[in-house]
Amino acid sequence: MNEPVIKTNKLTKRFGGFIAADEITFTVDQGEIFGFLGANGAGKTTAMRMLCGLSIPSSGQATIAGFDVYKQTEQIKKNIGYMSQKFSLYEDLTILENIRFFGGIYGLSDRQLKTKSEELIDKLGLQNEAKKLVASLPLGWKQKLSFSVAILHEPKIVFLDEPTGGVDPVTRRQFWDLIYNAADNGVTIFVTTHYMDEAEYCNRISIMVDGKIKALDSPANLKASFGVGSMDEVFYELARGAKRSD
Amino acid sequence: MNWPAAQNEAIKHLAMKQFSIFIKKEFTHVLRDRKTLLILFGMPVVQILIFGFALTNEVKNARIAILDQANDPASHQLITKIAASKYFETEQAVMNRRQMEDAFKRGSIRLAVIFPANFNNELLHQHNAGIQVIADASDPNNATTLTSYVTAIIQDYLAALNKTGQTPYRISPEIRMLYNPQLKGASNFVPGVMALVLMLVCVMMTAVSIVKEKETGTMEILLVSSFKPLLVIASKAVPYLMLSLVNVASILLLSVFVLDLPVNGNVFLLFAESTLFIITCLTLGIFISVKTSSQQVAMLISLMGMLLPTILFSGFMFPIENMPVALQLISNIIPAKWYYIIVKAIMIKGSGFNAIWKETLILSGITVFLLIVSLKSFKIRLS
Repeated sequence: MNEPVIKTNKLTKRFGGFIAADEITFTVDQGEIFGFLGANGAGKTTAMRMLCGLSIPSSGQATIAGFDVYKQTEQIKKNIGYMSQKFSLYEDLTILENIRFFGGIYGLSDRQLKTKSEELIDKLGLQNEAKKLVASLPLGWKQKLSFSVAILHEPKIVFLDEPTGGVDPVTRRQFWDLIYNAADNGVTIFVTTHYMDEAEYCNRISIMVDGKIKALDSPANLKASFGVGSMDEVFYELARGAKRSD
Repeated sequence: MNWPAAQNEAIKHLAMKQFSIFIKKEFTHVLRDRKTLLILFGMPVVQILIFGFALTNEVKNARIAILDQANDPASHQLITKIAASKYFETEQAVMNRRQMEDAFKRGSIRLAVIFPANFNNELLHQHNAGIQVIADASDPNNATTLTSYVTAIIQDYLAALNKTGQTPYRISPEIRMLYNPQLKGASNFVPGVMALVLMLVCVMMTAVSIVKEKETGTMEILLVSSFKPLLVIASKAVPYLMLSLVNVASILLLSVFVLDLPVNGNVFLLFAESTLFIITCLTLGIFISVKTSSQQVAMLISLMGMLLPTILFSGFMFPIENMPVALQLISNIIPAKWYYIIVKAIMIKGSGFNAIWKETLILSGITVFLLIVSLKSFKIRLS
């Protein structure tokens, strides 16, 4: 059995007297699609920022791809990809320029960059748009491109922070095809979402309430243990007890 | 084989490559945006042309020097009259010519009055004495105003003297305008426009371009990548430093070939001092970007918080000598004030580094302070 790629033990982040993430403990295996759910203000983003090396935990332990979140943030950064909830490519650069820029920043060699960008443009079917500004693309395409750029350097884990906000169901479905494809290639997917249909696509999900993880299992098991028919109801059961919300 | 050393080498190499990729990207941003380009390179030209208007202003408490080679009753009477005027503050009553020249270069005096050796004799016996009035004309409005004050005082003194005698006494002042004999207005506003343009370009554009990355979320991606946060900031600053130096060059070319105003001092010194001021402005821009999170706020702070004080307190439009003491003190923390003094000294008076080292030191101090403060807040934001 492989070591889990994400392992946390009582990971906590305090901001003064406020405990944003409270003793979070979980593991994620390689190639798994792990859904990270919770209402607004439950502490998802804080937890994710700690795992990405953007924020130093107050206490507890965590390793990402075998590296320690306190001491080895540089190695962690080399092994992860990240896509934020804001669409985050440069609108005033062309698709090709964006791919080359981020590839270069992630440390790909010129030769790798050339083959990778051609591959990527073929895969997304953007041959005719490659030299157009990203600003001219529809949102769905931007997000697909954004995801593809986040895994350009073949990270072990990719963190997706509400990647499909504001996208229609058909494009969302296509987006998830990309995610499955990446997971099949062994990339671990760590995704936060508000859409319960997306939660169903995950192998396992955790639900955070008031900084704590209140449930963690496969969608089928969660529905069974709460005796309800949909993830919507599971989420509602847990989240309605929350004290924090915004 | 020395493995860690080789790895360090590889990491350094990667960082340099990332740095150059990033700088290239910044240039693409700027060069692709027509509006930015227009502001960047059109603004200096427009401002140089607009500020051609001369601004008149009254001068109070101007520091002057008096060189009394006569040291006789007549010169003493006239000196007392000049010293009593509210327009002047006599800096040093007795000096030699050499000291006087130095004081002009340092900018510690604006005007000098020189009495010839036999002033009293000439006046009383020949009824006609000469007197020399020398003004620092690098600020032409100031210089004309000051010389007219001095001649008025002399006329006043003569009027009192002529009441008693039959043959009228005369004093003919010989007026010299130092540095800028033709009283070209341009000599005053070119350094001002340089300070203004650099302030605008560097502060506003750096602040906006960094905040833009925060706003669009690309900053997070960069911070999650192995690209060092400090390099993000540096890569933002380098292109604007280079573009600003191009601006300095274009303003100087305009001033030499269109306005007929030569650079009297060392051009390299002028560029070195400009680089220092540009770095000051870039750090200000970085500081604003660290403290704000939207492009509009960054732009507003840059315009209201930086541009306005620059116009008001640099001494370029409103003479600082005439302000209340409190405002004079405030003017000391405005970097543009020091840069304006430096550029005027090099361009117009042809001064060397020994005349402006104090201003340079103050400017460097402000820069280091801003740099430390913004790097500190940048780190806090990351934790």
